[in-house]
Amino acid sequence: MSHAASAEPHGHPALQHHFENMEQQREAGTLGMWVFLVTEIMFFGGMFLAYTLYRSAYPSAFASASNHLDITMGAVNTGVLILSSFTMAMSVYFTQIGKSRPQILCLIATIILGLTFLGIKAVEYRQKYEDSLIPGRLIPTRPFNPAVAYEGEVNEHKLHLIGNATVHQVELFYWIYFAMTGMHALHMIIGAGLLTFLLYFSIKGRYGPEYHSPVEVIGLYWHFVDIVWIFLFPLLYLLGRHLEHV
Amino acid sequence: MSEHIVPVRVYVTIFLVLLVGTALTVLAAFQDFSVRLGTHEIPFNTVIALAIAVTKATFVVLYFMHVRYSSRLVWVVVTSALFWLAIMFALTFSDYWTRGWLPVGY
Repeated sequence: MSHAASAEPHGHPALQHHFENMEQQREAGTLGMWVFLVTEIMFFGGMFLAYTLYRSAYPSAFASASNHLDITMGAVNTGVLILSSFTMAMSVYFTQIGKSRPQILCLIATIILGLTFLGIKAVEYRQKYEDSLIPGRLIPTRPFNPAVAYEGEVNEHKLHLIGNATVHQVELFYWIYFAMTGMHALHMIIGAGLLTFLLYFSIKGRYGPEYHSPVEVIGLYWHFVDIVWIFLFPLLYLLGRHLEHV
Repeated sequence: MSEHIVPVRVYVTIFLVLLVGTALTVLAAFQDFSVRLGTHEIPFNTVIALAIAVTKATFVVLYFMHVRYSSRLVWVVVTSALFWLAIMFALTFSDYWTRGWLPVGY
């Protein structure tokens, strides 16, 4: 770094004094976000490990519990989240080419889609509550106590136990289900908060082609949360479906 | 700025690929792909579901998250995450899946 260059006035008001230029500042920000996402991957990785471990130990109980989840809501939510990732990517794109209005509209769309996901998730949680599927005594007045369907009985509100599955093993699935989807939902709530922050400063006109690190970096976080769901959906909702009529 | 701006048609293509992948994984879940090899049953449903999920995640990372156009340093950080994740899974399962393989004398 030359001292003559550092003595000159900064080119952009957002450039921090410890960076040479905007390009270096942007790359440092992106790298920092990726390092944070690595810790997030390890954090969710631990839960995926627990899931794999218990699924391999109690395959029929996990299939029974998995088949009781609402596949339509899960699939619609996957679509909603993928669309929100697309609008987020478009918001970054419009910031890069300096089109403020479509950038703000894309941010608003992303926030609305994120809230839609959380709304559908809340409806699902409510169904689980009504079926007494909240594990343990997390809700003291409604302990885990699902109605179990007898052989040959078809009742979508009752749990169909496959093979040698027990209700206790099914409860284990629901612990993992609520831990993973709950932690994912918490990340969505934080993401929606960050997007609202972006929206506020986008409306104030802070971001443009020279300075768009915050949009890019929060976008990375949003896509990461999307990726977690890309794995959660098949693992929690889909595996074991082919055993339904066995 | 030497930054790469990804064209809109790439974003649209990735978006459509992700939707098709979701539809495929739902359709595949209802088919029985398990294969019997001797006394072992290989759960191909799991393999197919994970293969589709990994493909979708790779497209998101490379294009939506711009890793394809990012510096080598970002590549190293992303790969390191997968590497440490693999260590965590490999070492844990080398314990859990091998318990009871050898008789223990008391």
